[in-house]
Amino acid sequence: MKHRTFFWFILPTLSAMILFIALPIVSVFLQSLFVEHEQVLVVSESCGPFGCTPTTTVDTAATAALQEEQPLGRYNGLNTYINRSHLAFVEVGEAWRSTETFGAFWKQIINLPFYRALIFTLTYTAVVTPVVIALGLAIAVGVNNLPRILKGPSIFISLLPFLVTPLVGSLILFWMVDSDGVIGATIQRIFNDPSLSLKASTALTWTMLIVYGVWHTLPFSFITFYAGLQTVPEDTMEAAMIDGASKWQRMIHVVVPHLAPLMSFVTLMLLMDNFRVFEPIVSFKAEAHATSLSWIIYNDLRESGNPLYGSAGATSMMTIIGVVILLTPVLIRTWRDFSRKAH
Amino acid sequence: MATNAQSSIAVPAVNPKSRSRVPLLTVVSLALVALWLIIAAFPFFWTFWGSFKVQSDFFSKTDWQNAIYGVNTIRQTGSAFTLEGYQGAWVDEEFWRNVINSGIVVFFTVVISLTFGTLGGYALARSGRRYAFWLLMAALVFRAMPHITLVSGYLLPFFEWNIWGILPTTIIVLVAINQPFTLWMLHSFFLNIPKDMDESAMVDGCTRFQAFRHVIIPVMWPGVITTGLFSFLLAYNDFAVTAMLLSSENETIIPAINSFLGTTQVEGKVMYAVAAVVSATAPLFVLILFFQRQIVSGLTAGAVKG
Repeated sequence: MKHRTFFWFILPTLSAMILFIALPIVSVFLQSLFVEHEQVLVVSESCGPFGCTPTTTVDTAATAALQEEQPLGRYNGLNTYINRSHLAFVEVGEAWRSTETFGAFWKQIINLPFYRALIFTLTYTAVVTPVVIALGLAIAVGVNNLPRILKGPSIFISLLPFLVTPLVGSLILFWMVDSDGVIGATIQRIFNDPSLSLKASTALTWTMLIVYGVWHTLPFSFITFYAGLQTVPEDTMEAAMIDGASKWQRMIHVVVPHLAPLMSFVTLMLLMDNFRVFEPIVSFKAEAHATSLSWIIYNDLRESGNPLYGSAGATSMMTIIGVVILLTPVLIRTWRDFSRKAH
Repeated sequence: MATNAQSSIAVPAVNPKSRSRVPLLTVVSLALVALWLIIAAFPFFWTFWGSFKVQSDFFSKTDWQNAIYGVNTIRQTGSAFTLEGYQGAWVDEEFWRNVINSGIVVFFTVVISLTFGTLGGYALARSGRRYAFWLLMAALVFRAMPHITLVSGYLLPFFEWNIWGILPTTIIVLVAINQPFTLWMLHSFFLNIPKDMDESAMVDGCTRFQAFRHVIIPVMWPGVITTGLFSFLLAYNDFAVTAMLLSSENETIIPAINSFLGTTQVEGKVMYAVAAVVSATAPLFVLILFFQRQIVSGLTAGAVKG
């Protein structure tokens, strides 16, 4: 294709992506270098019968004028990145020096907002992804063995949790596990503890979110593997059967290797989607026990009346860097494939 | 859960092939499927059923069976089913406004996304050059970025230019966020359409655009429909962008449900949110019912290409 034709074809989509994806990244970066203005304070002396007392008041007009003049705030360099709500170098160093055991150090780290969110996001991604792949494969094999008439309905039912709006899907589950909901109340009855609530402890909240994550993404891996199973070569399976391979051995030595390329695709998709976990935390109102990177950005921007653009920007930049790190192996592999094809 | 145990026991009988000698592996795998199907479907069924009850039944501390039989619903309304939640959401809280907003946003997002995406995807599929590859790689990175990271970059400029809170801004933002995915998907669909088709048209004297218009457009619809379904889902399901970029009177349904939760924690009002949630799920249900095949093929389209 000629360069010129290519340019005209790609122009609409490219300009949309440059304007609303690439430039916002630049804008996020710039924002992260600034912090909100301090309020302009006026000190005045108010004198009464018992002498004069200096009072400090906020000059609203001057603050607004300053805001108007420099909407970004004042320049702060990279300080936002290393302050307490982000990388918290000072606090981490302090914790390292003052604590004896690794456990105690860990306890201090997990209380810093950025690390708390990072640790949850990584744990969520690292647990949900392999569980979903393993279960998805198992269910795909199971559905593949079902009689024909049941296959369609099983796929229909399986698609529901995946396609439902994440916020809505997590609400549906939340209402069930809430202390008044059907599962929550039953658990209370089983353990005979009316104060038992899934929301009350960190471990239970994390479990609940991870269960939601598995419920929500399992259909994706199931359906991809199911489609892959339809292409497993019959001959190889028969040959393996004649050689005396059991069902399990055929599974491990024929089916799994055949699905290996699919697995890397599914892993990539799941990593991308799990890394941005956000809606369930809003729905489950889980922020007291679990926050994710996306959630703390949202929270900074929601800060009523006074959104923390700088802070949100810094977290966003670090999240984007995280995504790139996550994708590097894939990018390198695709690049190799491409150069091999080109030469 | 009693239902749960019953069906996993019932499973071996369902499979007549394995009646003579049931291998353990088959039983385990079928039990797993049955368990999964129950876990997948039950929450929806439960919430749908419960949305016709009053709050003290759906969130019953005393007995979970109340939600099934609607003991308090009968006491309060005289019938086992009530439309109070739906009335509250749709009429009192004016949920229909959000539905209209969602309709507008989703429609324009899908149409514009597909127009941009087919042109770009076609170009990327037909150009084997290095820059086309880099564009695809950039799109992959963009696709992986959490949407909320971009939103933090929009807010300040949008406030400055005074375009925050209105539907067109949200539509164009959703289109842009949608592009990486649309491009990848359509790119792989166009790769499946043989190059010879448009190239022979060009040998016959068509320009590239004419070839696209007369040869490619007539055969591209299956791919476009599948991609359109996913664009629809992205726009419909979005929370991060719509919650941050729309003013409260322009809210679409997903952020509206979230605001319901904030304002309706008072006794009796949670059912409004339950009714709204069921209403929001209904279109998706219908969508899967009619387009199951396309959705499945779309999910696996990227995979087949690797």
